[in-house]
Amino acid sequence: MIEFLQQIINGVGLGAIYALIALGYTMVYGVLRFINFAHSDVFMVGAFSGYLFSRFFQIESIFGGVMVMILSMGLCALLGMTIERLAYRPLRNSSKLNVLITAIGVSLFLEYSFQIKLTKPLLFPALFPVKSFLLPGGIILSSTQILVIGMTLFLIVLLQYIVLYTKIGTAMRAVSFNPTAASLVGINNDVVISFTFGLGSALAAAGGILYALNYPSIEPLMGVLPGLKAFVAAVVGGIGNIPGAALGGLLLGVIETFVNGSPYSTYTDAIAFILLIFILIFRPAGLLGKVTVEKV
Amino acid sequence: MQHRPKTFLIGALACALGTSFLAPYLNPYYLDVILTVGINIVLAVSLNLVNGYTGQFSLGHAGFMAIGAYASAAFTLFAAPAIFPNANGWVTQAVFFLALLLGGGIAAAAGIVVGAPSLRLKGDYLAIVTLGFGEIIRVLLRNVDSLGGALGLNGIPFYTNLFWVAVWAILTIYVVLALVHSTFGRGFLAVRDDEVAAEAMGINTTRYKIIAFVVSAFFAGIAGGLYGHLKSSIDPKGFDFMRSIEIVVMVILGGMANTRGVILAAILLTLLPEVLRPVAEYRMVIYSLLLIILMLTRPQGLFSFRSNRPSVRTP
Repeated sequence: MIEFLQQIINGVGLGAIYALIALGYTMVYGVLRFINFAHSDVFMVGAFSGYLFSRFFQIESIFGGVMVMILSMGLCALLGMTIERLAYRPLRNSSKLNVLITAIGVSLFLEYSFQIKLTKPLLFPALFPVKSFLLPGGIILSSTQILVIGMTLFLIVLLQYIVLYTKIGTAMRAVSFNPTAASLVGINNDVVISFTFGLGSALAAAGGILYALNYPSIEPLMGVLPGLKAFVAAVVGGIGNIPGAALGGLLLGVIETFVNGSPYSTYTDAIAFILLIFILIFRPAGLLGKVTVEKV
Repeated sequence: MQHRPKTFLIGALACALGTSFLAPYLNPYYLDVILTVGINIVLAVSLNLVNGYTGQFSLGHAGFMAIGAYASAAFTLFAAPAIFPNANGWVTQAVFFLALLLGGGIAAAAGIVVGAPSLRLKGDYLAIVTLGFGEIIRVLLRNVDSLGGALGLNGIPFYTNLFWVAVWAILTIYVVLALVHSTFGRGFLAVRDDEVAAEAMGINTTRYKIIAFVVSAFFAGIAGGLYGHLKSSIDPKGFDFMRSIEIVVMVILGGMANTRGVILAAILLTLLPEVLRPVAEYRMVIYSLLLIILMLTRPQGLFSFRSNRPSVRTP
């Protein structure tokens, strides 16, 4: 029982990071209807910019850690908006496949340009003070886990507030619902899409730093697998749906942690995809997604 | 080729036999590049049947390639020495042919297993499911100890030669073109252009999709077998998601449903990293930048010149 609870806590910690990345996928899919393959590399850039900024602040302090996170999120938001402006906007009216290939090109570009200089993995510093708490019953809860879960909750609530109660959030939902009608009522679609990329990329950067705090070895290809799994989480939750992405991320994190603790641990990387196939066969719109009917 | 398919086939096969006598005179490096080009043509043209002609976006081609590579390598490594002890000359060639057919056959069977459930899905969802199946196949292979686990299979005999690669490249092009240009094959295009209308006209869309999937998986398996017997060692990492992407890029760059363009793109994209070898550390950066620029400037594909062709509708 204790072990079960411990695994749940570890799983939620991992799932929270998946959720943060999944939010970026799901928001971009919501407004543009395409899979932003470069998102997992923005996640990687987030971890590296955290590494860079950590030199300017005192590490293992709350203030320094928060500043590093805010700066990295800002930098990645800029990166996401630049990618959208240069690579995706010129293809706004062409086939979705072309945008997909461009996204793959951007992803490869980020990965390989980082690989030129970084041939060895870097050790990510501990940004926040690290402590372990022994809960009654022998469950161990580390301060990093509390940080990851707390930070994710805070960001999801903030995001939900932006999307539901602000002007730009309303515009985002309008563009997602019907881009043509949105531009007819005076919404500047380009601004909204740019903002969505910035927001999603900032969340990916936060995810990257939190991931690096848990797994401190960072390298240019670190985003590929978490990125794919987070995308699966977004689809499982119902793509385009923000609470769905969070739910999918948590579910995937917990299942993966349990498989990792079982004798079948070598199959961990396949679990996400098996879950995905089951969800898509039995509930193609995802757990919280709306079922749409195709009209002729 | 559309008008005299059989003449084309026989002529091309004769050419393949002829050129294969040139192989000993070629520099081994050039020969290796040419063989890789041929294998990539088999992969790209077969994927084009699914992605281009049938309009189903598959991202799992490397998975089928992996199945073919492992099945045929396992056959030549474990089964063949037991069935044909001290084989040489023609017998080895026959063994290799059998191994390739076995690899293709098992890959085709996997095509049914993957295709049947996932073809109920459309567009992006299908892309993700095929990607997922590709990854699952890779993880499974990594866990089978008798197939070498994460280390893969080593010491596969070097059977792949210019003749076999040329024959299979020609056969793939022939089968895909003949299939698509036949009365039966018009159904593939109908499924791509408008699935609902095709169904209303009495076309069994699921059946067409599965046939496209199985044929394409078969040739991917063959390509895998050729690849394994060329590189002499295979491991699950070599068939990852990036490998599928490479093939998809060839199809899209060539222009979807344009076999000639896809062949040219396969040649170009295999040669490009080789040409960029002198600037080794920057070559993948240049490759990715070229990919982005090409997509921005020629979104219809590099080798699509007919402007009146209706654009490929993507789901």
